Amino acid sequence: MDEVFKALADANRRELLDRLRIENGQTLNELCARLAMSRQAVSKHLAILEQANLVATVRRGRKKLHYLNPVPIHDIAERWISRFDRPRLAALRDLKSTLDDSGGTDT
Amino acid sequence: MKPQFVYVIYIASTPEKLWQALTDPDFTERYWFGYRVAASGRAGEHMTAHDPEGALMHDDPIIESDPPHRLVYVWRSRAPRFEDEAPSQVTFELEPRGDTVKLTVIHDDLVPGSLMLSAVSDGWPAVLSSLKSLLETGRALPASTNPKRCNEPAEA
Repeated sequence: MDEVFKALADANRRELLDRLRIENGQTLNELCARLAMSRQAVSKHLAILEQANLVATVRRGRKKLHYLNPVPIHDIAERWISRFDRPRLAALRDLKSTLDDSGGTDT
Repeated sequence: MKPQFVYVIYIASTPEKLWQALTDPDFTERYWFGYRVAASGRAGEHMTAHDPEGALMHDDPIIESDPPHRLVYVWRSRAPRFEDEAPSQVTFELEPRGDTVKLTVIHDDLVPGSLMLSAVSDGWPAVLSSLKSLLETGRALPASTNPKRCNEPAEA
């Protein structure tokens, strides 16, 4: 679990996970094309994410496809958020997004 | 078409035990939302799954079976809310890695935006985490043993 938190403690790596959440199964080239990072940096971050099991890869022909693997994050949620909390948390999140959408605060 | 989902989990077990856990209904009902999944047949035979009330929910061909390495079957739910959904395909790959087994679950041919796609994306992580817990500690996780969950029930 240390590896998961270390891998997540970097904005660039979280950005890569966000990209995979939007479109799962991208190649290194596809990921590089949409980010302001060098190919070398993306490759290094992907290796750390894969080591932490947050990214899973499969080969299809000559292509290596990268997938967001939510299993370790699910394990974290299972450990600290009981299933009884989940509906209440979902209600809070809905309330927050409703307030944000309707103008939110004027700060 | 590329797969829609790929999940990887490392489980401290043996490929043989993990294979049994994936194919034996007495085992699956302990961690898979109470579903009895029977998938120990050969290619061409059927995988069946019964829900906790005993209703037949899956009855589709096994495409490949190479115990304890690789299992592929057709995935189509007979639950009424999925009746318009096209069949998809699930692949399990088991690879020994030291004292653990790397289990890769690949879900192909899910239709983007379909109800099944959203159902399995919630379902697999819960099923796999619970499977790991059961094999490593002897206990499944509560959320995946109780089919009547507080939130939207997940398929898979």
